[in-house]
Amino acid sequence: MPLDPAFTGRSYPPSQPYDVSREKIREFAEAIGATSQAYFDADAAKALGHRDVIAPPTFAIVVSMKTNETVMFDPELKLDYSRVVHGDQNFTHHRPITAGDQLVSVAHIDSITSRMGNDMVTVRTEISTVDGELVATAKSMLVVRGEDA
Amino acid sequence: MTVEVGTELPALSVRLRRADLVRYAGASLDFNPIHWNEKTAKEVGLPDVIAHGMLTMAVASRIVAEWIGDPGAIVEYGCRFGRPVVVPNDDEGALVEVTAKVTKDFEDGTVKVNINAAFDGKSVLTGAFARVRVS
Repeated sequence: MPLDPAFTGRSYPPSQPYDVSREKIREFAEAIGATSQAYFDADAAKALGHRDVIAPPTFAIVVSMKTNETVMFDPELKLDYSRVVHGDQNFTHHRPITAGDQLVSVAHIDSITSRMGNDMVTVRTEISTVDGELVATAKSMLVVRGEDA
Repeated sequence: MTVEVGTELPALSVRLRRADLVRYAGASLDFNPIHWNEKTAKEVGLPDVIAHGMLTMAVASRIVAEWIGDPGAIVEYGCRFGRPVVVPNDDEGALVEVTAKVTKDFEDGTVKVNINAAFDGKSVLTGAFARVRVS
């Protein structure tokens, strides 16, 4: 059954604060084989003008994951998670995510469209500090494959 | 740093093996079994276990981060997930070859870098780009 386009514009409650740690950044940076010292060494990051080690650009997906799950598992939206494929992803960084940040995510459904039996859902997650400073915007387009697609 | 349109970034080759997928699953908290379990992957019609699209995207970001020196200069990064990177259960894994080129000067201190990530001779990310602060 196609998703109801009336859910476009729906916003979800803010997440619990996510505490960004040096160790989680290190773990993520190692998992992607990164060598940039700004991910690992606070002094190297400070020499570049950052407060502490910074996170790789795609780390925002970890911060926003719980929030995106509230959309995917929204019982009213009735999205079949087993049919979801990640279509595209975009991150805008107002500043890099930095160790010590306490981040809150808010998810919004920007669009729902249907084409050739598939539904396309664009979820925009705004990531801010607990003090309200906007840090990053993550946009995920999810494709929900239709029963016959 | 002066950067001209047309500048090619130093290329990057990354080999992804099953162990890398498991490590990324843990680090990213994305435990979808199609990224580590052959049985599940084949049940949903995939040829074998595939890498997380987000892992390929993250690996491709390294070409820009390592070139620019300060990864905090990447102000935007986006792509579409065109094809899966299939990772067999052997020592070879899958070789992802990343190339990138400066394609546009926004004339506000940022440039556009187009990124190509290829596996098996075919592009796996579509329209991948980063907007990078260079001054």
